Amino acid sequence: MAVLRGHRTRAEVTSELQRERLAFKRSRSRRSTLVALLSTAVFAVAIGVTVTGAPGWPRVRQSFFDVEIAWRSLPAILEGLWLNLRVLVVCGALIVVLALGVAALRTLRGPVWFPLRALATVYVDLFRGLPLIILLYLVGFGLPALRLTGVPNDFVVLGGAALVLAYTAYVAEVFRAGIESVHPSQVAAARSLGLGPRKTMRLVVLPQAVRRVMPALLNDFVALQKDCGLISVLGAVDAVRAAQIEQARAFNFTPYVVAGLLFVLLAVPTARFADALGRRVERRQGGR
Amino acid sequence: MTEPVLSVRGVVKRYGNATVLDGVSLDVREHEVVTVIGSSGSGKSTLLRCVNLLEELDDGQVLLDGVDVSDPRVDADVARRGMGIVFQAFNLFPHMSVLDNVTLAPREVHGVPRDEAERNALDLLERVGLADRAGSYPEQLSGGQQQRVAIARALAYSPRLLLLDEITSALDPELVGEVLALVRELAVAGRTILMATHEMGFARQVADRVVFLDGGRLVESGPPEQVLGEPVHPRTRRFLRRIIDAGRL
Repeated sequence: MAVLRGHRTRAEVTSELQRERLAFKRSRSRRSTLVALLSTAVFAVAIGVTVTGAPGWPRVRQSFFDVEIAWRSLPAILEGLWLNLRVLVVCGALIVVLALGVAALRTLRGPVWFPLRALATVYVDLFRGLPLIILLYLVGFGLPALRLTGVPNDFVVLGGAALVLAYTAYVAEVFRAGIESVHPSQVAAARSLGLGPRKTMRLVVLPQAVRRVMPALLNDFVALQKDCGLISVLGAVDAVRAAQIEQARAFNFTPYVVAGLLFVLLAVPTARFADALGRRVERRQGGR
Repeated sequence: MTEPVLSVRGVVKRYGNATVLDGVSLDVREHEVVTVIGSSGSGKSTLLRCVNLLEELDDGQVLLDGVDVSDPRVDADVARRGMGIVFQAFNLFPHMSVLDNVTLAPREVHGVPRDEAERNALDLLERVGLADRAGSYPEQLSGGQQQRVAIARALAYSPRLLLLDEITSALDPELVGEVLALVRELAVAGRTILMATHEMGFARQVADRVVFLDGGRLVESGPPEQVLGEPVHPRTRRFLRRIIDAGRL
């Protein structure tokens, strides 16, 4: 709508009729903005009155929204969040690479590949179905208990491994959906040029598949951002764990609210980026 | 007598219970332009896809320069290097520029260095009249332009045989001319072409030979003036009458 209007005004307006129409549209859009502002204000006031008017509000404000405690707990929580961010970056990169591999395995044809294909299918079924918290316990506490040499006993590494196992299964399915959405005629065109199956996948199918599933991938990335906080159940001192420690120290839940807000702040840019990307994909697919 | 570039011998292709090609035999000699005509579903496209080894044969042979490329022991990827195919729906790669579409096979299959491949591609694009669109993406081009890029892409590695699969059927009527003019130039330049088409007027002017396919069988074959002018077989006559009634000839 906004794009259309911008386009319209840039063009030369000559006729009286068109000038009159544009004036009408402008006045209507001014009225829409006013109505939106007014309804938002009414809505916000209604919610504010309901919450602050609740019988338990003074107690809730004291134990969840204590500004002084929030300020005091912030450094520790930020330090924890820095750990979450590092886990996020490393896990995110690993997940993309591994998921592409699993997706490619699942699309292999031919009897030679049966064991690999079956293995990939079992893996995806297993780790998509398993609740993440159980997986975290199994990997975090079960794996070191085996006392195999070479298995790390750092909870951050183990927690990260559990996240990678779970998310690789999800993201592999997203990639596979993308691969299968590329029309067979594209494969025919690539093969007719003499490209082998591997080069066809790498040069023709995957680039189109990845572009198509980018919004879905970013959605999973936002989910991963907050699930990084789950490594706290193993004892790793991340933002959630730091908040828990602060909560125990002050007998006040405010640190949790602080940690929660920080996670939201982290997710907002990714979500906006995903939206923008989705719109771009939509625009570009017009001419396909 | 020299070996034909392409020799199709008794090719059979079935999809489930439907027999789409029922023992088709056909030779294409060097510098020859052969057009395949026939109603929708007669097996024209399937024949071209079988020649390009995009479909597995259920019987018969496809020989390219005397070599049986339909033998499962032959590497189909290597055999396809001798052929270029242009599809009805263009099938350009939407994520690559026009230039990358054309240089992909030379670079990735034939090991031509990028700058040399791009020089050749620009020459080719010049010949199809699209040198100024080298940096564009397929979606930014008209159907006729896309199809000319697809032809350039198929020519980029100088294949012995060019397969054209109803390349004007998906185009708006006013864009058909520019693509057919290009094919005419290729024919005059001595390319070996096997072409499935609905353009009877074009077949009559350009083809050395016209073959009529009906129900998966090769019904009639000969010079265009004979097959299109005085067809022997009643089924060919019926088909041509329908075409004439529809104002296509």
